[in-house]
Amino acid sequence: MAKTQEAEKKIFVGVDLGSRAIKVAAWQGGKLVDFKIRESGFEPHRQVQEMIQEYDPCTVMATGYGRHLVKEYFAYEVITEIKAHALGVHTLLPAATTVVDIGGQDSKVISLNAKGQVVNFQMNDKCAAGTGRFLEIMAASLAYPLSEFGPASLESDQEVQINSMCTVFAESEVISMKNRGVPRQHIARAVHASVADRILSMLNRVGYGDTIAFSGGVANNPCIVEMVRRSLGDVRVIVPENPSIIGAIGASIEAARQQVKA
Amino acid sequence: MNAESFEIKAYPEMWNDLGMDVERFDKMRLMLGEIYRKTYLTQQNRPARMAYFDGMIAEIHGGRIKELLAAKAEGRPVIGTFCVYIPEELVLAAGGVCVGLCGGSQGSVPDAEKILPRNICPMVKSAFGFKAGRICPYFQAVDFVYGETTCDAKKKTWEILDTMVPTYVMEIPQMKKQSDREMWFHEVKEFKAKVEEVAGKEVTVEGLNLAVKVMNNKRRALQRLNTLRHTQPTPISGKDVLLVEQIAFYDEPVRFASRVNELCDELEKRIAAGEAVPSKDAVRIMVAGVPMALPNWKLHHLVEGAGAVIVNEESCIGTRYYKDLMAEDCKDMEAILTDLTRRYMNIDCSCFTPNDERIDQVLKEFRESQADGIIHYSLQFCHTYNVEEIRIREACAREGIPYMFIESDYSPEDVGQIQTRVEAFLEQIRG
Repeated sequence: MAKTQEAEKKIFVGVDLGSRAIKVAAWQGGKLVDFKIRESGFEPHRQVQEMIQEYDPCTVMATGYGRHLVKEYFAYEVITEIKAHALGVHTLLPAATTVVDIGGQDSKVISLNAKGQVVNFQMNDKCAAGTGRFLEIMAASLAYPLSEFGPASLESDQEVQINSMCTVFAESEVISMKNRGVPRQHIARAVHASVADRILSMLNRVGYGDTIAFSGGVANNPCIVEMVRRSLGDVRVIVPENPSIIGAIGASIEAARQQVKA
Repeated sequence: MNAESFEIKAYPEMWNDLGMDVERFDKMRLMLGEIYRKTYLTQQNRPARMAYFDGMIAEIHGGRIKELLAAKAEGRPVIGTFCVYIPEELVLAAGGVCVGLCGGSQGSVPDAEKILPRNICPMVKSAFGFKAGRICPYFQAVDFVYGETTCDAKKKTWEILDTMVPTYVMEIPQMKKQSDREMWFHEVKEFKAKVEEVAGKEVTVEGLNLAVKVMNNKRRALQRLNTLRHTQPTPISGKDVLLVEQIAFYDEPVRFASRVNELCDELEKRIAAGEAVPSKDAVRIMVAGVPMALPNWKLHHLVEGAGAVIVNEESCIGTRYYKDLMAEDCKDMEAILTDLTRRYMNIDCSCFTPNDERIDQVLKEFRESQADGIIHYSLQFCHTYNVEEIRIREACAREGIPYMFIESDYSPEDVGQIQTRVEAFLEQIRG
């Protein structure tokens, strides 16, 4: 009995060191007890150290692009973003068998089995097209704060197209549209449609079930989610409460699972 | 091999005599040495017999070149190649030397991009750049380059390359009908005449039968190595086997076969003792697809760095080069050349349509190697492998084989992405 109580008290921390932000989730007694999000700067492992200080003692599981860096300093183990998002979504939204994770630097479609294990996944090519960074650059080019970018493009009902998939070329397309006098919400819509198209083509490649969950920072953008939802018809498209921290939550859950096994 | 003291030996005078860009090449030598140290000499528990192959890398720009120049001084032709379709037996029978040319490095790509289009195969660009930049001693030492028509990028590049170094092109058909076999047979005869002309020596039945044995022995040694590494747990890293396979393309064949067999003897002892590399429960990955020319160790390094082990290369650098043998002791020239054509036509390169044999071969090698999953590796813009990948993927789905496709080039820019994908694939297999 004492042992169970001890395990209940133990804090498991998931660190998701992404290209744009560091996410930390604290998991205790089988539920999320705290989380933090910070923009990632230089020497991100020091930032992480500050962010997790208060949970000490804890077991840290790292994920995201900087996972190996975190492991060098203090993480117990690492898992990939793919497994982390799969675990996070499966635990919080067990009905979902497909995960669309759009982060700062890449986007992924992950297919899960009933146990929440990864059975297939697809990642975007090495360029930034179809990612959060792409949306950031385009928002800046159209002088929108990021939080207003999605809502603004939902106001447009014009089918304008961006043809280039490359961030650099797409930006010059956006600039030339601006200079032709196309209203900016229409251009914003075109930018969102190009990202949604990429996601849809990845979904078609991997295949999807009747419930798709979004995760990652871009899931906060209502327009991307809405465009994917409209294109898929009968499929349920759901977004968790804090989509950016799903990877960190998944990592914290994996830390707890490995502890049980050990 | 002591990692600290390892270096690739410099031969500036010889390089100068070969008309190379010595200053630049010397920088590349240092870089290659550094990459080799990090990729190879940090591995734990390597077989002792790998020392010979480390030595072949240390002497890659010197010792082996000296041997080639000595052969030339004796009037023996040295022929550079990029492809497993070159009938090596004919070259050996004429007293010649076959040598695989450089084509696996990002370092020479900018030289190629000064002339060639950017959006073509990195192997073609890299190879061309080595000649254009005068930064490959092998290119400088050859009498002529053997080219073939296995892809559009290559066959059109030969025309440009021919202005820098004589390039002989053998036509490889794209189908395997009777008329194609006849055409190929004719091409083999023409190649024989070309080799005889350059060597100033006729290829005899005796000489060719002997060359067939030399090549069969070399291929048997590689088959033996591949069978031994298929053991569960595997006694040698995938990186080390890849290195041996890469060296097969530039080493002297008789010496090479005996060194590979010595390595195999050691591996048999390791297997008996239950010694494993890297660990008994490592996930076993089979690689299928395009060749990995030296020093392209990118995928192997990432996969094995993530704790898995590569147990097979279904590739021109691997089994496609050594799975098929020739008949020995044929009675006359016609019979040998007929068998030679048969053997080379068995190669299941994706340049053929249809190419169903390759799908079966991939599945067969997957079973034989006791792998847990397949990574199909293609170079960018390699249309034939990139499209054939679809059929491999479908076959793996049918058979329930965990499968992943990676398309990449020689640049390091996608290493982070590929690492994530490889690690996720291993997590998927571990469940």
